[in-house]
Amino acid sequence: MAKIIIPTPLRKFTGNQASYETNSENVYEAIKALSGAFPEMQKHLFDEQGQIRSFLRIYLGDEDINVLDKEKTSLKADDVLSIIPAIAGGKN
Amino acid sequence: MAQETFSKEELSRYSRHLIIPEFNIEGQRKLKAAKVLVVGTGGLGAPLLQYLAAAGVGTIGVLDFDVVEDSNLQRQVLFSTDDIGKPKVLAAKERLEGLNPYINIVTHNVHLTSENALDIVKDYDLVADGTDNFPTRYLVNDACVLLGKTNVYASIYRFDGQVSVFNYKNEDGVLGPNYRDLFPSPPPPGLVPSCAEGGVLGVLPGIVGSLQANEVIKVITGVGEPLVGRLFLFDAMNFETRTVKVHRDENNPLNGKNPTITALVDYQEFCGMKVNADDDIKNISVQEFIELQKSTESFQLIDVREDFEYEIANIEGLHIPLADVEEEVDQIVSDRKVVIHCKSGGRSKKAIQLLEKEFGFSNLYNLTGGVDAYFDVVDAE
Repeated sequence: MAKIIIPTPLRKFTGNQASYETNSENVYEAIKALSGAFPEMQKHLFDEQGQIRSFLRIYLGDEDINVLDKEKTSLKADDVLSIIPAIAGGKN
Repeated sequence: MAQETFSKEELSRYSRHLIIPEFNIEGQRKLKAAKVLVVGTGGLGAPLLQYLAAAGVGTIGVLDFDVVEDSNLQRQVLFSTDDIGKPKVLAAKERLEGLNPYINIVTHNVHLTSENALDIVKDYDLVADGTDNFPTRYLVNDACVLLGKTNVYASIYRFDGQVSVFNYKNEDGVLGPNYRDLFPSPPPPGLVPSCAEGGVLGVLPGIVGSLQANEVIKVITGVGEPLVGRLFLFDAMNFETRTVKVHRDENNPLNGKNPTITALVDYQEFCGMKVNADDDIKNISVQEFIELQKSTESFQLIDVREDFEYEIANIEGLHIPLADVEEEVDQIVSDRKVVIHCKSGGRSKKAIQLLEKEFGFSNLYNLTGGVDAYFDVVDAE
């Protein structure tokens, strides 16, 4: 199963669970499965058009999926997907 | 440029650099000749400024508009208890000059804005971004790209840190990616909690700001391989580190294939923080609120601060932290006046904007200055 590493800002929706395992075949399906498992995360992961939000970067291993096959990038059993959010520190 | 020279005292001070073969007197000369602007003297700025000053960076610009507060001291080790109430840049200058009298500290006691950024940044060779909000991050990035300056970036949240070197041109003239290649657009306000709401482990900015200082020194001296085209991630909770690749994006509006940004823009607006101007929400002053409390008029009071803040002191409002406002919306009444407050008025404003926009409330009032202002008035009376 591929593993998704959940970044700290989103862990409040997973009861502090730091990763999630999925049998999904590609990146989009994997992120969809994650938001299915933790419905509160839905609006943080997808915009109104159902696209993965642009301020989140998704990495397969150390590579940006945007230079692979984007959301259609296929996943193998021991792949590690990371969701990397923009963080600014301090105050808004 | 005239070659930098060193006094006997300076040579002695920097001797541990001078004996590193890759570094030696050449590296030290480059440091002395360098002009670095550090934007933000907070958690990241504290280690950054101290290490850059100690290392002998010849000119350090210190930019911040804030004053030292007691809640800064848990992580901003540049300051001492005596500094509370002082402008940060002045407290920083005193401390850094005490640390190294052979360097020049330039203070900028201002907000960095689209109006002043290019004028300030142009006098420096390199910028280290230790700011605490998205609008300023995009502003610093864009100013650096427009002026061709390297931007050494670090950012923190709770237990997470990020470091990278942006807009760096290598010896072959190849330009590396910048912040907009990594994050083309900021998260909408309210979606990612700030450190003021989410907190930050005190030592984290110390670790991450030190890594940032290391990259600044590497970029200046040319020693080692700077963190260009790579993003370093640190999870202090699980002690996990990762380094992922960052690529230039041909759609980057600053320097992609078809650049559309050729001057600084309105970054508050870009980050969606101007959806509603202040005037669009209703406000209630502390005096008016006290009158309301004394009157027979029925109203609901809501406190949108975090749990720990509520526990320290509260004025008996219904407690719904900002992040939970949407979920708890059914507790908010619509048939009478609702006064919403936080610490100083910022988060309650966000709560009201959200409730008006998403749920159509029209009976919400923001307590101007928040509970801080309320206690000031009540204490004085």
